[in-house]
Amino acid sequence: MHYMQVPSQVEYERATSLEHALSLLNRPDTRVVAGGHSLIPMMKLRLAQPEMLVDINGLAELAYIRLDGGQLCIGALARHADLLSSAIAGEHFPIFHDAERVVADPIVRLWGTVGGSLCQADPSEDLSAAFAAARAIAVIRGQDGDRLVPVREFHRGPYETVIGPGELLAEVRVPVRPGTGSAYEKVARRAGDWSVAAAGAVLRLSGGLGGSPREPVIESAGLGLTAVGAEHFVAAEAEAFLLGQAPDTGSFAQAGAIAAEHCHPVADQRGPEDYKRHLVAELTTRALRRAAIRAGAPKSDGDRT
Amino acid sequence: MRVAVTVNGTEYARDVEPRLLLIHFLRDELGLTGSHWGCDTSNCGSCVVWLDAKPVKSCTVLAAMADGRSVQTVEGLERDGQLDPVQQGFIECHGLQCGFCTPGMMMTARWLLDHHPDPAEAEIREVISGQTCRCTGYENIVRSIRWAAKHSRGTQ
Repeated sequence: MHYMQVPSQVEYERATSLEHALSLLNRPDTRVVAGGHSLIPMMKLRLAQPEMLVDINGLAELAYIRLDGGQLCIGALARHADLLSSAIAGEHFPIFHDAERVVADPIVRLWGTVGGSLCQADPSEDLSAAFAAARAIAVIRGQDGDRLVPVREFHRGPYETVIGPGELLAEVRVPVRPGTGSAYEKVARRAGDWSVAAAGAVLRLSGGLGGSPREPVIESAGLGLTAVGAEHFVAAEAEAFLLGQAPDTGSFAQAGAIAAEHCHPVADQRGPEDYKRHLVAELTTRALRRAAIRAGAPKSDGDRT
Repeated sequence: MRVAVTVNGTEYARDVEPRLLLIHFLRDELGLTGSHWGCDTSNCGSCVVWLDAKPVKSCTVLAAMADGRSVQTVEGLERDGQLDPVQQGFIECHGLQCGFCTPGMMMTARWLLDHHPDPAEAEIREVISGQTCRCTGYENIVRSIRWAAKHSRGTQ
């Protein structure tokens, strides 16, 4: 019993409505708890010491995944398991299924939430890079209404977001565009572990699809990187390079090399810096190849979908 | 604060600190020591119980979060003096050695079989991938769950 890890003293309130949650969150040192699978371990270690927890698990109005006005809308309280099993999400953004399949383990995924992952803002967390690649929008609700923040501007740094007092992440939405393909590739040391490195790609191709004789080109590219010190989880230089390129092995390998050059991994127990850069190059290339195939580009030998 | 939880069909209410974890509520407040307190970091899964019919690592949930909800623990697997097929499977196939991970493994297995009565080996391995066994190498745990799948309740 002497070595039992327990959080320090904390007040607990269960939000009975969104308005109730927002009013509670106006108090200082208050944190939202949903799945709690990141926050509670951090509280045990005193890395987080909130005065009060606001439990939002009862807010069913935040637990949904649906198409609305040409956008995939994911309520902040949608569980990882919900996103993984959502046919709508899988149809439009297979990147989210790829990523969710490697978020923690199946039991944790039953409780951990999409919103919680983004708000935890852990640099090794998978969904941040996936949503950054997809250029998702965070819908932040406050007592005066909603404000929309691109996920690429949502994180202010490790464990820090733009969410202020009296605010709550309500939804993440992603515009659905035809001709888009996406994928996420991760390397971890063992099942359920954080990434050593991971890359997510969202590609939109134009021309040449559907039997047209014109060669396809990359019309837009989103690249997200996990756990390698990429600013806002984005490989911006590699994205810029890809615009107008043919979706082929050569351009994907070059984009991977650019992404590896511009990220900032640090050596830790998961590997040295050069190994992580190697992974960024390789995983970016693989994610791009899979995304392109899913967008309708022709397969080459050894490709998988 | 007052926390009331229905555990294995019986309602219990206790005055506890909001910071009390569900695993300690079960073990220390209610004396239900079947669920094991292991790594304390949501990695090992020996503390898995069901909260509102879904498995959860109870070292990572506050008892307060379970207030008004229902919990199932390994103590609730046996029915009318008859072991659950999952429990019987662990006996038949030698699915445990030290037994520390066993309660969590069995709660996850029961949940899997309730949703997928005939899981493939890969599905079994996936669903227990967040739970650690240092004795069996998992081989006999997978066999035990397969045994339970073949012997649903009442057919053993």
